[in-house]
Formats: sequence, structure tokens, C-alpha cells
Amino acid sequence: MADTKQTIRDFLAQFFGDHQLADDEDIFATGFVNSLFVMQLVLFVENEFSMTIADEDLEMANFRTVSAIEALVARKHTTVVS
Amino acid sequence: MALRVQLTDQQSAAREEYEAFAREHVAPKAGAWDRDEELPEDFFTTIGAAGYLGAAVPATYGGGSLDAICFGLLNEEIGRACSSVRSLLTVHGMASRAVARWGSAAQREHWLPRLATGAAIGAFALTEPGAGSDVKGLATEARRTADGFVLDGAKRWITFGRRADVYLLFARLDGRETAFLVERTSPGLQVTPVPGILGTRASMLAELELRACQVPAEALLGRPGFGLSAVAADALELGRYSVAWGCVGLSQACLDSSLDYAGEREQFGVPLRDHQLVQRMLADMATGTSAARLLCQQAGWLRDAADPQAVHATWLAKYYSSTTAFRSATDAVQVHGAHGCGAEYPVQRYLRDAKVMEIIEGSTELQQTTIAHTAYHSRRAAAFRPAADRRATGPAERTMTV
Repeated sequence: MADTKQTIRDFLAQFFGDHQLADDEDIFATGFVNSLFVMQLVLFVENEFSMTIADEDLEMANFRTVSAIEALVARKHTTVVS
Repeated sequence: MALRVQLTDQQSAAREEYEAFAREHVAPKAGAWDRDEELPEDFFTTIGAAGYLGAAVPATYGGGSLDAICFGLLNEEIGRACSSVRSLLTVHGMASRAVARWGSAAQREHWLPRLATGAAIGAFALTEPGAGSDVKGLATEARRTADGFVLDGAKRWITFGRRADVYLLFARLDGRETAFLVERTSPGLQVTPVPGILGTRASMLAELELRACQVPAEALLGRPGFGLSAVAADALELGRYSVAWGCVGLSQACLDSSLDYAGEREQFGVPLRDHQLVQRMLADMATGTSAARLLCQQAGWLRDAADPQAVHATWLAKYYSSTTAFRSATDAVQVHGAHGCGAEYPVQRYLRDAKVMEIIEGSTELQQTTIAHTAYHSRRAAAFRPAADRRATGPAERTMTV
């Protein structure tokens, strides 16, 4: 899953400039993102990992950190396979 | 015939169909609708029968499931004829999109077939007396009851609020921003027409008063807390995209009317078209319209690719198209002289409509600050190449829906 995390970090880097975002750091508490960010993040996850973010996935806990997004991607991929 | 690039045969054919519909059913009546400040009921039937109200509804629910470019072309051609009808496509599309994107299976089954045909008209109810550009000022409150919710608050400037059957309405539930589908017949909902608006006068604006307004549990759309950041933001993106394309049509209409008039009207012994200062205005209209169209197509291709850059591209498109439409409209009135101020020519309507375009779906000032802020992101994003860039697909091959 290292690649997934790196892909997520690469995407997020555009919003954080020189700030080094830790994998467990609260993205929304950093003050770097604006009101359009959630939508861009949802689009990114759907597009990059070929999945659909459904209503039931829309929990802040699923998007708050790099690790949480990675876990969401893994869980959804597992769900699709099973 | 406007300059066009990169449309597929299917998209070109669709555009011709939209243009023919607008020429027959919209343009000849747009002036009267503007004066009457409403669209007649039979027009809702006509546009519903044409299938255009289902543009943002998936085909599985009876909709048109248009790709982003076709959706844009529809908005351009309708916007070229009447910005009020284009506003209907915008807000109805926003409500449809929200149900399709975030609705439960039961909500989709119930609403989408109705929205697809126009059996139900949707509207977007976010703005409040104290919450315009600053949507975080949302003050409408929702409380849970034994079998649903009770809403208290007020909504202002709701496009097609007079006519809508269902409102995509935003309120705070336990302090969290939350979306609801509120039926017009809900007990405690009062709808009051707002007459005398400057532009898009036939867009049937209304105020909504919610006094202990009762809605069932199934009115909740999406998760509490995501009403603004996901549901409204996503719907507003479609709205912005729709308005941007509508402004391309509006600017084109200004050019069309000005070319006709400047070709016929003679002053100082020659047609206006031979006066160089008039040519400057015609040249700016033609160039601005073409540039706006390209920015809209860029946004459309990115939307079809579900590329996160579509968000920024749509802001660029809306900002440029709306300011271009206003500039084109003021020049069009100038070209027409006194006739441009009268009721005989449509350009005074275009000017009033164009002013509204600089305010709705994000004011020009919000566009400017957001675009400047995001430009820094874009520079850093150059290091990250999204999936869409890595795929070897051209715009013509993308078929996802709006």
C-alpha cells in the first residue's frame, strides 16, 4: 500500500506547499485547504483509484488523514473484490 | 456560424438539434417572457418533452445522461436564446445532479424519473438573508422529530422557486450543514414570488419561509455535515459550468444581433460595420466569445475525465464567460444606439441578463480571489500528473456524464 500513500501524498502536496504533511496529520485542521477541497479530494480518489465515493463513504473520518484515505481505498477495493 | 473545434460528429449533431429547438421554441418568445416575468406552463411541457430537463439525469432513470460537452452545448444554445430558460436548466440540473450523486436508492428511484421528464421541477435553495457569498452563514435550522425533521428559516432569491416542486435545501442539523429534499407541498413552507428583478426576469424567483416546516426522514440527502462541502459544492460546480456555457451563448447572441444591426444601419452614408470604432466592438465580441467557448470546452473535457483540475477550469470558464458576456452586452447596446435601449431589440435584455451572470454561482469577486488562490496550487500541482493526463485518451473519446 506504500504506492497508494505516496499517490495520495503527491496529490495533497499541491495544497500544502512546503509543509510536510504527516500521514496521521489532520488535513482539515492545517488551514491550507479551502471550500473546494473536499470535492477535489473526492474527484481525485474516484479517478485515481477507479472507485465511486458513495453517500455512506462521506464521513470526515474517511478523509481526515493520508492514512485514513489509504484505509478507505483499501476497504473499498476489498469490498469490490468480495 | 461560430468557430468550433474538437466536437465529435455526435456532439455537432446534438448542438444543431439544441439550436433548432431554441430557434423555434425559445428565442421568439424570450422577450415576452421577460416582460411577463414568467415562463408559461406549456413551455415546461415542451422542454420536458424534448428531454432537455433530463440532461443531468442518468439514462438508467430516464434521463439524457449527457456528456459534459453536450450539456455545455445545450446550455450555450438555450442561453443564446433566453437566459431565464438557461437558468431553469441550471437549477433543475443542480437538483438532479445532487439526487443522482448523493441520493439513496429510494430517493433516486422516486425523484430522478420525475426530474428527467419535468414531471417534477427542481430548484436550489441555499441563499439566505444573511448567507449569500458567505454560505457558512447558513442559519436555517433543522431538528429531528419522531418521524422526520422540522425546518425553520428563510431562503432568498431562489431561481424557479415559484414553480419548483422540490427544493434542494440546506440547513443546519445539530449545527452541521446538511442537505434536504423539501417538497413544495410540505406543511409550513410558504413560497412568495419576487417580482421586479433586473435580469433573467422570467426565472420566477421566490422567497421561501420555513416555519416549523415538516419533512419526512427520507428528505435527508447525503450525510449531515457534508451539505455544503460535498452536496452544495458539487451542485454549484455544475451550476457554474452551466452558467459559463450560457454566457457563451449570451455573448454570441450579442454578437449576432450586433452583426445584423451594424450591417443594416447606415450613418454618415455608410453601414455601421464600416466604422472602425464599431468594428473594434464587433472584434472584441467575436474574440471574447470564442475564447470563452474554448475555456468552457476545456472545463468540459476535464469534467468528462473526472479530473480534479476540472474544478479550477470551471472557475476560469465562469469568470471569463460572465465578464465577457457583460462586456459584449454593453457593447451590443452601444452598437445599437438608442434602439439598443428600446424594447424592439433584444440587446437591452441581454445587458440586464449579463449583469446577473456576474453575480450568480459565485460573484466575479469570489471568482477572482479563488482563482488567484488556486493558481498557486496549480503551480505546485505541476509536479503531480493526475490520472487523466497519463491516459492517452483524447477529448472525443470520453463519454462520462456531467
